[in-house]
Amino acid sequence: MATDLGAIEAQLNQAFPGAVIDRDGDWLVIEASRLPTVAQYLRDEMGYDWLTHLSASDYPDRFEVVYNLYSSRPDQQGPGIPFKVRVPDKANPHVPSLTSIWKSADFQEREVWDMFGIRFDGHPNLKRILLWEGFAGHPLRKDWHEPYYEQEHKPFPSRWPHAQQPKPRSAEERVRWRANVQYPQGFDPDQWKPVPEIDVLPAAKIDLNGLETDQVYVNIGPQHPSTHGVLRMIVGLNGETVTSIYPVLGHLHRNHEKIGERNLWTGIIPYTDRLDYVCPMYNNFGYVVAVERLMGQEVPERAEYLRVIMGELTRVINHLLAIGFQFNELGAMFTPMIYAFTEREHVLDLFEEASGARMMVNYYRFGGVARDVSDDWLKRCRKVVDRLDRKIDEFDTMLSDNEIFIARARGVGAMSWQEMVNYGVTGPVLRSAGLKYDIRKVEPYSIYDTFDFEVPTFETGDIYDRYRQRMAEARESVKILRQALDRIPARGPIQAGKKPWNPKVPAGELYSRVEHPKGELGFYLVSDGGTNPYRYHVRSPSFVNLGALEAMSVGHLFADAIVILGSIDITLGEVDR
Amino acid sequence: MTQEIQVPEELKGQVFITTLSQIYGWGRRYSLWPMFFGVACCAFEFMAASAARFDVGRFGMDLARASPRQADLIVISGTVTKKMVPKIVMLYNQMAEPKYVISMGACATGGGPFKEGYNVVSGVDQFLPVDIYVPGCPPTPEALLAAYIALHEKIQNESIKKVRWYRREPIPEVPVPLLGGPDLIDPRQIPAIRQAALERPVEATAETSETSA
Amino acid sequence: MFGIGLLKGLSVTMRHFIESYLYDRKPWEPRYHEEWLRKRQSVEGKGLFTIQYPEQKRKISEHFRFLPMLVYDETPDKPRCTACGVCARVCPPQCIWIQRATDEKGRPQARPAGFWIDTTICMSCGFCAEFCPFDAIKMNQEHEIPTSDRDRDMFYSLEKLLVPVEYYAKLHPSDYAAEQQERQAKQEARKQEA
Repeated sequence: MATDLGAIEAQLNQAFPGAVIDRDGDWLVIEASRLPTVAQYLRDEMGYDWLTHLSASDYPDRFEVVYNLYSSRPDQQGPGIPFKVRVPDKANPHVPSLTSIWKSADFQEREVWDMFGIRFDGHPNLKRILLWEGFAGHPLRKDWHEPYYEQEHKPFPSRWPHAQQPKPRSAEERVRWRANVQYPQGFDPDQWKPVPEIDVLPAAKIDLNGLETDQVYVNIGPQHPSTHGVLRMIVGLNGETVTSIYPVLGHLHRNHEKIGERNLWTGIIPYTDRLDYVCPMYNNFGYVVAVERLMGQEVPERAEYLRVIMGELTRVINHLLAIGFQFNELGAMFTPMIYAFTEREHVLDLFEEASGARMMVNYYRFGGVARDVSDDWLKRCRKVVDRLDRKIDEFDTMLSDNEIFIARARGVGAMSWQEMVNYGVTGPVLRSAGLKYDIRKVEPYSIYDTFDFEVPTFETGDIYDRYRQRMAEARESVKILRQALDRIPARGPIQAGKKPWNPKVPAGELYSRVEHPKGELGFYLVSDGGTNPYRYHVRSPSFVNLGALEAMSVGHLFADAIVILGSIDITLGEVDR
Repeated sequence: MTQEIQVPEELKGQVFITTLSQIYGWGRRYSLWPMFFGVACCAFEFMAASAARFDVGRFGMDLARASPRQADLIVISGTVTKKMVPKIVMLYNQMAEPKYVISMGACATGGGPFKEGYNVVSGVDQFLPVDIYVPGCPPTPEALLAAYIALHEKIQNESIKKVRWYRREPIPEVPVPLLGGPDLIDPRQIPAIRQAALERPVEATAETSETSA
Repeated sequence: MFGIGLLKGLSVTMRHFIESYLYDRKPWEPRYHEEWLRKRQSVEGKGLFTIQYPEQKRKISEHFRFLPMLVYDETPDKPRCTACGVCARVCPPQCIWIQRATDEKGRPQARPAGFWIDTTICMSCGFCAEFCPFDAIKMNQEHEIPTSDRDRDMFYSLEKLLVPVEYYAKLHPSDYAAEQQERQAKQEARKQEA
């Protein structure tokens, strides 16, 4: 399954003697000072040109920055190279930045700086990304505690057995300010000057046909109907042409990872529902697959089929909704969106019957799914699949040949797949530019390798191709759904073994990825063998894809920048986590 | 109503008597303009409530406005983070009076499952006067429609004499929380924070030890 | 020809518009009726999709879950709950507080003295009901419960959580039947052993 790390290690040792200082399980440990040269070599000479995941973890004696490299070359598209860098200096941690080699490192390194306080030397804009400048501390360090901190891990004994009459104390009653805030000792509000929230607005003068004029900045969001949530963008304009876009993230930063590290392994499943709230099923899928890989857990066949059915239903409605929202931005206010929502209701009825909730399904379990479905459900599901097939055709008739759409979309936001790989873009956006890369094919998980489906690709990667890509993928999902419904075993267990409420996960460390409707959804997990994860990180497709927004939009008109944002299809719950 | 108005016998069935407040409230309740504003997950159910199956247009609210200046109802549909709350307060201050707030879902009401997080405000009602809370995570679209109906009831029963929108004195704006420091600062708490800065550190540690106990 | 694609798209919306009349306004069919709803809302349904809330309601699934409730068999002072604390410990956002009852001598009893659920934290995940070893905590389906007072109505204590078993059986008939069957099988097995 894994790449031949031994061979890669030998090759690296030959090229750079002493650069690989250790082997930590499946991870190569590279000396920090030689990281850029080794990375450059891996990219240019060995073809591992794709840095999809970068994060860090905090150990008592060191920080570790972890990297996951993959390759776009057809012969080595499968498993990648995981490597890490150790930073023993906890007081003043430094690591060389990889932004000059991979642009996908930009946002992710900023996130690591924000959360861990690790400085990346050479990063052009090392600012906080999810929190704000001036925030006290780096929250994902293990010694940093939030205001409502109770203890390191759940369950909290204050809930049971120490709860007391007449009424348990709420978190507000426990803390000083009766609110979720804390100030450093001796913090004086009079002496304090707020750090301006953003200072990327240099009063630049630009040359416009020989006339000197001011650079105009337009602020969009966080309350704006077309930013797909609470995203703020500062758009620099020359006339109506976009010259720069600076996304300001973090307005929905809900501390998913800090809460995840307090939680039980089981308790994270419902939290993943709330990552990308358009596709809760697939977030569940990605997380349980990751944990099952750590546990070595097998899944019964019927449960696997149910997982695939739920996952692909999610993919179809995600793509239809993405198209619906995209047309909102193009000015076709609401009609395609409302049609997409109608189909979503039918799928949600199925989800409600199967899992018990419309949106926040909490359906997948380690080694199975939460609840079996009836034969009647499967019959209804087949009807819904037939209906979705018809409705995809209807969307096609309604939108594909629309001359206004074509005029607005052709050639707008185009980017070559080589550049997208450098930005770490994954999912339908990447495939629309021509690279045939689908994790369901190159690194199959669950039972995807038993299905017969194509990975559609298009050529230019402009907005029109992304639209066609989503339609084509929705059709392929319908194909998978048909096969799954035909072949699902009539009876059988849906859960392997017992289902404990606090499973222990063997010690280990892994990065596991699945093909989420929006791109590569990865989970980086570190287990110390207990009932809680030691480190829990989500590599979300929306967050990394958003990094390419500026490059896609510069040179296009202001109104097109909004549509390009829509065509990347982000969900803020996943961007900010 | 405080007093019953007597209708003469010969006019029964001919006239219809109501109070000014009632007819005014009746007019207002069916012309709410919600703000087109989603925060987090609940925004999807908010949109689902506006879409074909639940159709808020039947309640006279299908004209969702993107500008707060044109809206009189804000539905806080999701987790309010510290980074977002100054903007939400600003939006509320910019809305036209009379204005109403619906807190949709557990997160907006009290922080929800993310309450323990360091960047989450435990309830938008720390800053805004919430009229209706909708429990659930997320509430179903029906639950949101029920909340709209409850809000209609509330508007209907408001007396023009008593309600604060129609008083002579201006309604003070909600002070916008300050961001950019070590943590979110509620301007109303500044005197207390200043006081705390002068305190001996011993007391503060006593407080924290009690917290962790 | 330029404009054909546009017209094709408009024909789709036009068809939807006409269908909403064709399938909705049949004078011989009862409107706003269970039957009507079943037809319009089904997967094969065409035309008008809207539910006339609150007169009409969407039929929710029997597996639907919203907020937790505690089941008692005969009288509310004898709930099924034994205060074992599994639900409070598995609860991902930790929104359940349980105090175990004690007798006069201070010995712990297998029933709760206090049971609190903060619904402003609850994420409706259903883990408490799923992992309860005594079938004592179940998920309620009452979901249209807007309120204007958060402290009064959204912090549930024992009295508010307790429901009779008949109520549970009505909400989740198939789950209830399966549990009863399992219980009977267990009892019979015990009898045979004895």
